[in-house]
Amino acid sequence: MSDKDPSLRRNAPRLALHVPEPPFRPGDSPDFSSLKIPAAGKAPRPDTSSPAAETHPLTTDLVRVLGEDNKAEGNWDPKLDPDTLRKMLRDMVTVRIFDDRMYRAQRQGKTSFYMKCTGEEAIAVAAQAALDRDDMHFPTYRQQGLLVARGYPLTEMMNQIYSNKGDKLQGRQLPIMYSDKAYGFFSISGNLATQFPQAVGWAMAAAIKGDSRICMGWVGDGATAEGDFHSAMTFAAVYNAPVVLAVVNNQWAISSFSGIAGAERATFAQRAVGYGIAGLRVDGNDALAVYAAVKWAAERARSNSGPTLIEFFTYRSEGHSTSDDPSGYRPANEAKAWPLGDPVERLKAHLIAIGEWDEERHAAMAAECDAAVRAAQKESEKLGILPQQGKDNVGSMFEDVYAEVPWHIAEQREEALSEGRD
Amino acid sequence: MPTMNMIQALNDAHKIAMRKDEDIVVFGEDAGYFGGVFRVTEGLQKEFGKTRVFDSPISEGGIVATAVGMACYGLKPVIEIQFADYIYPGYDQIVSEVAKIRYRTAAEWTMPMVIRSPYGGGIFGGQTHSQSPESLFTHIAGLKVVIPSTPYDAKGLLIAAIEDPDPVIFFEPKRIYNGPFDGHHDRPVKPWSKHPASEVPEGHYTVPLAKAAVVREGAELTVLTYGTMVHVALAAVEERGIDAEVIDLRTLVPLDIETIERSVEKTGRCLVVHEAPRTSGFGAELVSLVQERCFYHLEAPVERVTGWDTPYPHAYEWSYFPGPKRMRKALEKVMAD
Repeated sequence: MSDKDPSLRRNAPRLALHVPEPPFRPGDSPDFSSLKIPAAGKAPRPDTSSPAAETHPLTTDLVRVLGEDNKAEGNWDPKLDPDTLRKMLRDMVTVRIFDDRMYRAQRQGKTSFYMKCTGEEAIAVAAQAALDRDDMHFPTYRQQGLLVARGYPLTEMMNQIYSNKGDKLQGRQLPIMYSDKAYGFFSISGNLATQFPQAVGWAMAAAIKGDSRICMGWVGDGATAEGDFHSAMTFAAVYNAPVVLAVVNNQWAISSFSGIAGAERATFAQRAVGYGIAGLRVDGNDALAVYAAVKWAAERARSNSGPTLIEFFTYRSEGHSTSDDPSGYRPANEAKAWPLGDPVERLKAHLIAIGEWDEERHAAMAAECDAAVRAAQKESEKLGILPQQGKDNVGSMFEDVYAEVPWHIAEQREEALSEGRD
Repeated sequence: MPTMNMIQALNDAHKIAMRKDEDIVVFGEDAGYFGGVFRVTEGLQKEFGKTRVFDSPISEGGIVATAVGMACYGLKPVIEIQFADYIYPGYDQIVSEVAKIRYRTAAEWTMPMVIRSPYGGGIFGGQTHSQSPESLFTHIAGLKVVIPSTPYDAKGLLIAAIEDPDPVIFFEPKRIYNGPFDGHHDRPVKPWSKHPASEVPEGHYTVPLAKAAVVREGAELTVLTYGTMVHVALAAVEERGIDAEVIDLRTLVPLDIETIERSVEKTGRCLVVHEAPRTSGFGAELVSLVQERCFYHLEAPVERVTGWDTPYPHAYEWSYFPGPKRMRKALEKVMAD
């Protein structure tokens, strides 16, 4: 309670709490016509070694390369050869098919959980294409495209999703929380944003050791609200860490729209301004723009010119996970109304527009990807699906807590094994 | 043999470990140029350079998180959290990441790191410079928790912790950085130089983790304790003339259960002593273990001497701290009949 005499404040307005609301709720007709979408090719491209401030106008802009005519435009055009473009398209198509198959596997009761990245495929796939094979990623749960783009065996991913006998994580992790050191893909954590400052630490270590590899950290729009986001930005800025920090702004954190994370006030890219690091805001559904931005930030990091915060503006076309039903909080047709389009269709249209692709080749490629995913699934299911797991080798759950099993855990292992014998 | 206080011994441990392993990096608030507010990292930046020893932002979450990233890279971070009371912003990184990365990656990534932090009361530090949060870490599978009580052990345990493949929470009892403290706050401060454990060998040695020390042999009572309270407990049993066996646990997790069992089976009585608040303190675990494993050897209920279940009250330091009076009462109770 205030100790001030109320009469002194009688002319002051009544205070009001603002609780952000998304523009559209179930039943509304989504209309994004008021959304400012700059034309492709218009955003300036500063030199990668320029002062961070030169990038700051780009934090409220939108780097776009693919124009209305599906041609690449402007200074951000990465001028990729058709083989690289086709590889990116193939990886994106693979991710989408993989997501569909695994979503269905979950619905069939073959596993407990799955998360799709539908509509966001360009981001991980094109980002990886712009980095070196031995650069490091600290991803979130929606960057399966990184693994696919690095040629990770699909069977390995499925083994993890099924927690089966081929699962290198031995059934200890929730499905899709992949981890693979050899592929530079750090173990995914369910505690959001923890990986963001860890990526900065990895990059600091690379700088301490005079390495030439860089690191990319990933976070979603919702988890930028975590303290770890601030830690990452602070340490990256203070130590000029060779890191690329990506915010995938798909506008939805489960049921909370990006306004709940602060997006009504500023773009996520604008947060770079306060820390004095480079910032870019990028059309996340434009594979060429994603590639160009990550390439730019990677060059900057590699030349000790500093970290970059990149916001990839996109839209989460499907639910948060198999445990989520978005029809309860947003219009069912919102994804279709989203004006930045489908990243797969846009890259495909670009390849066709430059005469390097056609519908028949696309259909053949998609059929190949589908066959590869099905074959991998068949292979993985030979090693089991979740409902059959967790019965054999119960003792393994007591390993790797420490380098050696201490006495108290050894005793508990005996207890657990004796439960199995009862 | 040189005589050192605990700060000098810890400083020496850093130097010896860092000369041996160039992947060790040290950072924390004021830990670089200045050498830390308690001077444990003094001179390290000068010897090892600014990229191996540096100041960090005031961000315990960021300190731990970047250390995780560095450990993933292959470095061995030895980080300082300025006061144990400040560790909580780093708690999610410690609990959800540091402790679990070996397990969740099936040992593909491991977390060899040491998180050092001064803890405990007796310095008029008030609520935010006096806490003993060790049980918040002993409860977390994947962490080792180590607490030295002498300069000799501090150096040997810190080197062992740095060389250990698992993450170690290394709590330093700050009240005894400069001299042992028997709980009699009204008596003159004693320096370490008069204590035999201030003789610290030069060069490399380790005191093994997970091994307790019997600091006083005895037949009538087993006292289980660690940190500053080792010295308080020793003085209390001497003053009462009790032939007690005083065990300095040194490592809380993994615990040296054999030494505890052997002693309680011999003495038939047990007193558990720590500074931390009583409810869910590490003493609760010790009491459970003793009654589970030594029940038929016990001649009296196991007693506890602890801090109170209140925040640490500044002006009431000596009513809060489990000093000679609380010790005497508990000793009388556990030795009755």
